[in-house]
Amino acid sequence: MYSSYQEIRKALQKKEVRVKEIVEYYLRKIEETKHLNAYLEVYAEEALSRADEIDKKLQAGKAGNLAGMVITHKDVICYENHRLQASSKILDGFVAQFTAPSLQRMLDADVIVIGRVNCDEFAMGGSNENSAFGVVRNNIDPTRVPGGSSGGSAVSVSADTCLISLGSDTGGSVRQPAAFTGIVGFKPTYSRISRYGLIAYASSFDTIGVLAKNVEDTALVMEYLAGKDEYDATVSQKPVPPYSQLLEIPTHQLKIGYIKEVLETEAVQKEIKEAVWRKIEQFRADGHEVIPVDFPLYEYALPTYYILTTAEASTNLSRYDGVRYGYRSPNAVDVETLYKRTRSEGFGPEVKRRIMLGTFVLSASYYDAYFTKAQKVRRIIRDEMLKLLNNLDFLITPTTPTTAFEIGKYNEENVLELYYADILTVTPSLCGLPAISIPIGLDEKNLPIGLQVTAKYFEEASLLAFAKYAMQN
Amino acid sequence: MDKSVIEKYELVVGLEVHAQMLTKSKAFSSEANEYGALPNTNVSVITLAHPGTLPKANRKAVEYAVKMGLACNCSITEYNIYDRKNYFYPDLPKGYQITQDKTPICRGGYIDIKTKSGRRSRIRLNRIHMEEDAGKSLHLEGETETLVDLNRAGVPLIEIVTEPDIRYPEEAYAFLTEIRRLVRYLEICDGNMEEGSLRCDANISVRLKGSKELGRKVEVKNMNSITNVQRAIEREMLRQIEIIEKGGTIASETRMYDAVNNQTYSLRTKEALNDYRYFPEPDLPPIIITEEYLREVRAMMPPLPNELFIKFTSEFGLPEYDAGVLTDKKEIALYFLEICKLTQNYKAASNWVMGPIKSYLNELTMEIKEFPLKPSQIVELIELVEQGKISFAICSQRLFPAFIENPNTTALALAEKMNLIQVSDTSFIKPIIEEVLANWAEKVEAYKKGNKNLLGLFMGEVMKKGKGKVDPKVATKLIQEMLDA
Amino acid sequence: MNIDKNTIEKIAHLSRLYFNEADEEKMLKSLNEILEWVQMLNKIDTTNVLPLTHMSHEVNVLREDVVEEPLPHEKALFNAPRKDSNYFRVPKVIENE
Repeated sequence: MYSSYQEIRKALQKKEVRVKEIVEYYLRKIEETKHLNAYLEVYAEEALSRADEIDKKLQAGKAGNLAGMVITHKDVICYENHRLQASSKILDGFVAQFTAPSLQRMLDADVIVIGRVNCDEFAMGGSNENSAFGVVRNNIDPTRVPGGSSGGSAVSVSADTCLISLGSDTGGSVRQPAAFTGIVGFKPTYSRISRYGLIAYASSFDTIGVLAKNVEDTALVMEYLAGKDEYDATVSQKPVPPYSQLLEIPTHQLKIGYIKEVLETEAVQKEIKEAVWRKIEQFRADGHEVIPVDFPLYEYALPTYYILTTAEASTNLSRYDGVRYGYRSPNAVDVETLYKRTRSEGFGPEVKRRIMLGTFVLSASYYDAYFTKAQKVRRIIRDEMLKLLNNLDFLITPTTPTTAFEIGKYNEENVLELYYADILTVTPSLCGLPAISIPIGLDEKNLPIGLQVTAKYFEEASLLAFAKYAMQN
Repeated sequence: MDKSVIEKYELVVGLEVHAQMLTKSKAFSSEANEYGALPNTNVSVITLAHPGTLPKANRKAVEYAVKMGLACNCSITEYNIYDRKNYFYPDLPKGYQITQDKTPICRGGYIDIKTKSGRRSRIRLNRIHMEEDAGKSLHLEGETETLVDLNRAGVPLIEIVTEPDIRYPEEAYAFLTEIRRLVRYLEICDGNMEEGSLRCDANISVRLKGSKELGRKVEVKNMNSITNVQRAIEREMLRQIEIIEKGGTIASETRMYDAVNNQTYSLRTKEALNDYRYFPEPDLPPIIITEEYLREVRAMMPPLPNELFIKFTSEFGLPEYDAGVLTDKKEIALYFLEICKLTQNYKAASNWVMGPIKSYLNELTMEIKEFPLKPSQIVELIELVEQGKISFAICSQRLFPAFIENPNTTALALAEKMNLIQVSDTSFIKPIIEEVLANWAEKVEAYKKGNKNLLGLFMGEVMKKGKGKVDPKVATKLIQEMLDA
Repeated sequence: MNIDKNTIEKIAHLSRLYFNEADEEKMLKSLNEILEWVQMLNKIDTTNVLPLTHMSHEVNVLREDVVEEPLPHEKALFNAPRKDSNYFRVPKVIENE
């Protein structure tokens, strides 16, 4: 139907379409793509009634600036009076008692939330195969994964069932599925968007992220999502630039770096490397400087990431105990079994694995060897990245080492291999830097390829402008 | 057990005191910090640890912790972070407590105490840090379930940890009394052990006198009054000595104090398996305490009990007993101080505050801030007595209560109205004495024969006849003169 | 670094998770594999490097001591698996054995 919010807005202004029709269109698409299992809940009635309201407001000239925009939210973002489960059994029956302030700002601008989408349980995973509600299928090729953990978000946008999805990104969970489904996935600087209302996985890595078809829509939505609030003590107090007004194609010469090791390694799929090279050629042809940089540490980012995120997650998930909300095991006879049975029955195997690893690295005898060590390596990697970026405008890599893989390819036997899918996206997360994945072509199987661009802290505006430029052919 | 046996041993005690801060809202969320509300009515999504919630630190809780640190001579930590202390319990909603492990906001410090028997010592502090309280689990008789009330979850606490400097159970009593006094002076806590706003755990061990090594320590909990802390320490000390004397070893464990039977009993929880996995709280940014901030807080501090005690004894020359009573409560001390700005008769001021004023307040269970008379009015009373216009007895027994009922007048005016002003005029007094001596002729004889004690009788009669208006000093002199004549 | 069954059981207890024999075996294998893999961090020299503990750029973010509305009582208890009109209820905690 419409491929950007600008088009929708124009059509609404010209009265070529009503919001209700837009919602009806998306509801049909949702029905058509049911087999992809992207949606956990469709808010059909609510969306239609909101659409009616907003149509009336438009008539009266009183509609908000996002009127006509239809979005989904990943099952980790709180929406008051709506169910919320983090795709986990342990939150069966839970209803959110407040809305994430960032989402609220969008709601205040008349956005319509059409549904809650599937994801890896507690955002832990890179393929959306870890959900308690079944795997999500890639709309490009349903035998393949859409990526994770925001797989449902990516498919809901890529399959044209909504315009934007709000996902979450801890180590690549927005960028990787965007790459696998051929859309734009954006992770801002850590603390740019409030984390209040985002189910915590790893507190010093988590951020809400945006999945969209194009950069303009991403930039517009960022204006509403970003900014301080009263509830998140870590959120940045910096003012929010009007991102959607700052997307002019950069006219001065840019200095772009690519990590040498990554474009030379066998571990990255051939067609992906080729697509990246083609982009590099394009940048050079347009007069920009593209240089190779050395970043031998990039491989260490992944184990560092796993130690730190599982440690934080192991405590963030302690609250799921069957006492105050969610699932409680029917086999509980005392408090000990209440905890152990509820958590063992409520959490999936990947979540349990990460909790165990996290508890281990925090335990007294191992804390220094693993946790403190990883925190120190984090600082080293961060400082190295900042040094690199100091001489560059942007750093580019492929988003993923391979295109979307087959469902079932990875299981308990080769868990580490699945972890490796994150290898290119974790470094910006480790450092808290903003990064975006944009589609730059297809492989021989017609599977999408993503290019990841990383910028310095709080340089979202120039990153988005560059991404818009880079998406041109 | 024989006293001589006990005296072979030295008691070594360290205390951990938790004090609930009197902030309006909780430590990391904004609902009310209130005692006694209906269950689960002072809770927020943050306190309930709903998914997606985050803590945000209360400015006042930090300020109160710093105040306590300054009052206890601690050094205040410049770079503060919070930590997560991980364990599972139904009244700990997040499955971890936000506390300070690595960077307690106050380090070192000390409190000087004096026990009831007069022993003075300095109890050093190890640290004071900020943390949050847990909720309450109720295990009721006849219930197969535990009831959980989270009103108290998230209430801000400071934890005060001493060095193992306490050597006598009465020192623990004195220490806690001083803590209570300090937190009340600072108005950061109401210091009420019975209500739980002040809680104390003790780490108790014994060793042979002269030994350099510490004995195995036992943690004792569940002492809900300052007296019980002393009693529990006494009991536990005896228990440990008995075991050692019999050749046994002390088990390093946690014991609960049973106030009814005055005993400690073992709590066989799997304490050993509890690894708290402390790590820095990523949801709360560091708190950096600057010199400027410390100056601001210092400027807000009230005068401290010890400072006032020294002022009252050395500057005002009052006995230690008086200074002790006067500094017991800050409001009383400040009231007294106000009086002393207007008169130099400090002893008289002290007598008034410790005597009639305190009795009045106690009788009506009134706080001094509700007391109807201003310090300047007490000075009026003091001056009336000083000038001999009225005796202290009449002033305190008759004028004082009337003045309280009629505070919008002056003491002098009221005394005159009530006809209480003493007369020193001999022409008024002489006839009264003559009358009394005439009525007690035999006693006069007895006096002249040598029974000088009868002077008291004559004085009493003269005062009675004079309806209290007779200046006793003048009367005494006159009576003697007239008797000796 | 090779962890044994004993360690798994301790960690499981600390995490309040329960595994049957088969799952315990799987967990043991998985964890040992991962722990083996993360050993590579030891190749990086971290002497004199301070751990990076906070990623936000903010400091001294404090809340004014002002009371806000609590969550209404019914909403507080709403999601509870077991409750009465006042309390959350859990199976009794065993204090003493």
